[in-house]
Amino acid sequence: MIITKQKKLEVLLDLIKNDSVFIAGCSECATLCNTGGEKEVLEMKENLEKRKINVTGWEILDPACHLQNDKRLLREHKDSIEKAKKILVLACGNGAQTVSDALPNKEIISGNDTLFLGEIKHTNEFEKKCNLCGECISNLFGGFCPVSLCPKSMLNGPCGGSVNGKCEVNKDIDCVWDSIIKRFKEKGELDKLKAISAPKDWSKSNEMTWRTPR
Amino acid sequence: MRFRSNLEKVLTENKFAITAEVGPPKGSDPNKIKEKAELLKNSAHAFNITDNQTAVVRLSSFGGSVILLNMGLEPIMQISCRDRNRIALQSDVLGAASVGIRNILFITGDHQSFGNHPEAKGVFDIDSIQLIKIVKKMRDDGVFQSGDKILATNPDIFIGGAANPFADPLEYRVDRLEKKINAGVDFIQTQSVFDLDRFNIWMDEVRSRGLDKKVHILAGITPLKSLKMTERMKFHVPGVDIPDRLYDKMKKTDDYKKTGYEVALNLIDEVKKIRGVHGIHITALFWEDIIPNLVEDTNLMAR
Repeated sequence: MIITKQKKLEVLLDLIKNDSVFIAGCSECATLCNTGGEKEVLEMKENLEKRKINVTGWEILDPACHLQNDKRLLREHKDSIEKAKKILVLACGNGAQTVSDALPNKEIISGNDTLFLGEIKHTNEFEKKCNLCGECISNLFGGFCPVSLCPKSMLNGPCGGSVNGKCEVNKDIDCVWDSIIKRFKEKGELDKLKAISAPKDWSKSNEMTWRTPR
Repeated sequence: MRFRSNLEKVLTENKFAITAEVGPPKGSDPNKIKEKAELLKNSAHAFNITDNQTAVVRLSSFGGSVILLNMGLEPIMQISCRDRNRIALQSDVLGAASVGIRNILFITGDHQSFGNHPEAKGVFDIDSIQLIKIVKKMRDDGVFQSGDKILATNPDIFIGGAANPFADPLEYRVDRLEKKINAGVDFIQTQSVFDLDRFNIWMDEVRSRGLDKKVHILAGITPLKSLKMTERMKFHVPGVDIPDRLYDKMKKTDDYKKTGYEVALNLIDEVKKIRGVHGIHITALFWEDIIPNLVEDTNLMAR
């Protein structure tokens, strides 16, 4: 899932500058992250109206990254969108741009910051899992992805900086290599980690992929 | 007046400057650079050493620049943002300044997918305009990008940049040059000029904004050696604009080198006349030995 974080209200107010807004949320990731579901969109509406900002309407897009669905759903709000100077999108960076594609003449405010592709561990607790490298090799590492979870993306073992299984860069995260080694050891397969992993082919990654093949 | 480099002196004294490109070899043999430099030494004021151009691994621009310094020649070391982050870039500027390199030209760099390691991860931590601004602040204010102070001597660099008058979107090209000037660039080498009409439109706008008074502009000149090269540049090199008229001329000739040479000669004569053009930058890809003749035949006295 795409994990997002809502921008601070002061930041958003600064971007809105007392202009009228239409708010668009998202039924999927932003709903699960509590950053742009119906609840948050209505809260935002209330917060803005308290500050005398004219909220002309709102919609929960289904999902915001679906261009045709956006066009269909937003058509039903033609009048309120016309009255709005700005569109506040509470979705991910993708959602904001898809709404911009659907409403090319409107000023779009991206209300959320997009953090990573990750897992919901518990409610409101998320963990990064995938860097979109285009060629999944987590099977080589016992189901863990060092490309995404190691801050140095090391593929040939730990850097030596971890302490008690915690990463030197951030003590709140586990050293993924600690987890990998533990898993292989439990299976008695540590030998499997002896082979030198080759440099990755980044041309397959999100660095170089923009469209799926037609 | 104190000048950082001979190039700065020549440009400041309003002499017509000539720079020439020396492409480093795919290997560690210094003689490849020495041979080219020996050939060109009396034909240009300073020599660009490219930084893994088109993303093909070659001897580094730092290594190449040191070789030139040891020959008593003046390098323009190129630094691209493709392969290094801001830590390495700032460090390389300090390193270059420490050995006496005084001209550095900063570019964002060709994307790695065009080179011989398309699997590489591009760095692109910062772009050329950001880097120019960072280096200007290192030089003039003695601070790194982080705000940390430089503790032992600011890098005294004559700051170069590139400009492409022919790239899309055309209406933004002069704005981008202006941005580079505001960031702190001292001299500009342009993309190779083939289409004089387009170049003149760009220069007209440059002059009307007074930008030619704020930065030294060197027009890029690339002699066309063969039809194959003409076609490669016309159809496959992004940002290069070879007009059909010129392409037809190359197609019709039975002596490509002779025609290519005459075309380059004529282009130099024409850009020399354009107000605001302060010099030329000659890139003779795999045809460096033509440069001395070119400089002599256009009566451009170097040195």
